[in-house]
Amino acid sequence: MCLAVPGQILSVSGDDPLLRTARVSFAGVVKEVSLGCLPEAGVGDYVIVHAGMALSILDQEEAAQVLRDLEQLAALLDPPEPPA
Amino acid sequence: MKFVTEYRDAEAARRTAAALARLTTRPWTIMEVCGGQTHAILKFGVDQLLPPGITLIHGPGCPVCVTPVELIDKATEVAARPEVIFCSFGDMLRVPGTRVDLFSVKASGGDVRIVYSPLDAVTIARDTPEREVVFFAVGFETTAPANAMALYQARRLGLANFSVLVAHVLVPPAMEAILRAPDNRVQGFLAAGHVCTVMGTTEYEPIARRYRVPIVVTGFEPLDILQGIHACVRQLEEGRAEVENRYARSVRREGNRQAQSLIRQVFRVVPRRWRGVGEIPASGLGLTEAYAAFDAEARFGVAGSRPEAPSECISGEILRGVKKPMECPAFGTRCTPEHPLGATMVSSEGACAAYYRYRRATAAPVQSS
Repeated sequence: MCLAVPGQILSVSGDDPLLRTARVSFAGVVKEVSLGCLPEAGVGDYVIVHAGMALSILDQEEAAQVLRDLEQLAALLDPPEPPA
Repeated sequence: MKFVTEYRDAEAARRTAAALARLTTRPWTIMEVCGGQTHAILKFGVDQLLPPGITLIHGPGCPVCVTPVELIDKATEVAARPEVIFCSFGDMLRVPGTRVDLFSVKASGGDVRIVYSPLDAVTIARDTPEREVVFFAVGFETTAPANAMALYQARRLGLANFSVLVAHVLVPPAMEAILRAPDNRVQGFLAAGHVCTVMGTTEYEPIARRYRVPIVVTGFEPLDILQGIHACVRQLEEGRAEVENRYARSVRREGNRQAQSLIRQVFRVVPRRWRGVGEIPASGLGLTEAYAAFDAEARFGVAGSRPEAPSECISGEILRGVKKPMECPAFGTRCTPEHPLGATMVSSEGACAAYYRYRRATAAPVQSS
């Protein structure tokens, strides 16, 4: 039920912050989404959307950090071959 | 798909699992609270990558599963009325009530419609002023902003023909109820990433302290889940019990303040009955005074509580993590997704439905020769 999907904002319409909407692309599928809870979101942002409502802007730096952390875990496991 | 594919890398998952195995010196039992995570764990086989000492138990985080029978009965009663267009998320339609489910109401002529968003129900109400449009507002904190926005817009548009049947539940009180139970086995939690996206993480800090359990906010892709488990096991091994955010690309400590303020305008905290668990104080949301006119229970005269009929279904024990689906004698025989005895077999996020779909082949009892 709490499934929420990342998508990218293509365009924004409306002036009232609570009633702003966006066209959001989910890997090519475009849906109209409320931006009423994300007054700071704009075109190009990746947002997490649930039940027609954008809930957060995805932080690209944090997104990359998860993958770097995992690489580090793996590196601890397999130390690189020492140079010959 | 950006922000999805990169968290499904099989090789990275195997390496994370190997790192987890090295870290683990003792058996630990961890509960993933969210049904979406349960579904992902079984779908991607995350549980099968774990070292033998780590047991995952599946929590109550499926709103469809915990909605009490009495509310399903109220929903079917309202939906059967000729003037009503009853809008709901699709998951709710097959949940059995005492006598019927919403699908059978639809089959016998009721105007029951599946919507993707409560905002779609507001649009239907605006475009169909001669009919009563009722939305079945189920969900956890994740869904509360969308439902609150629907009510805010309906009020602003002055829609007299829109109302909601509210079955909203809250995660932290359920976690506390699990921890307080005498048969509790949970030593650490994976907290639900999207609930925390809305509410932030501060309300979990006193729970971690009071019950000495690590609570790791976790995302929904296989690598997110493995990393959440790794962080939780590391805390358990080191004797720490802290709130740790491993879904920081979406979750901020303070959550989404705008969403919280909208929720507070529309909803207030109320006691709520959970299917198979019973009443938990301050564990749900009801409408505030300002939105009382949108209460479908009052509008259609179905308010008040009703006794729950006894059932063979053990979903209460499943939802508290005391039993696994395969320990139920009805699993896969008298209870299937086509003919569910209880809601944990209905929703794709219910533990029973997830086991039925992904683990049935391995669930057959082993015959000794």
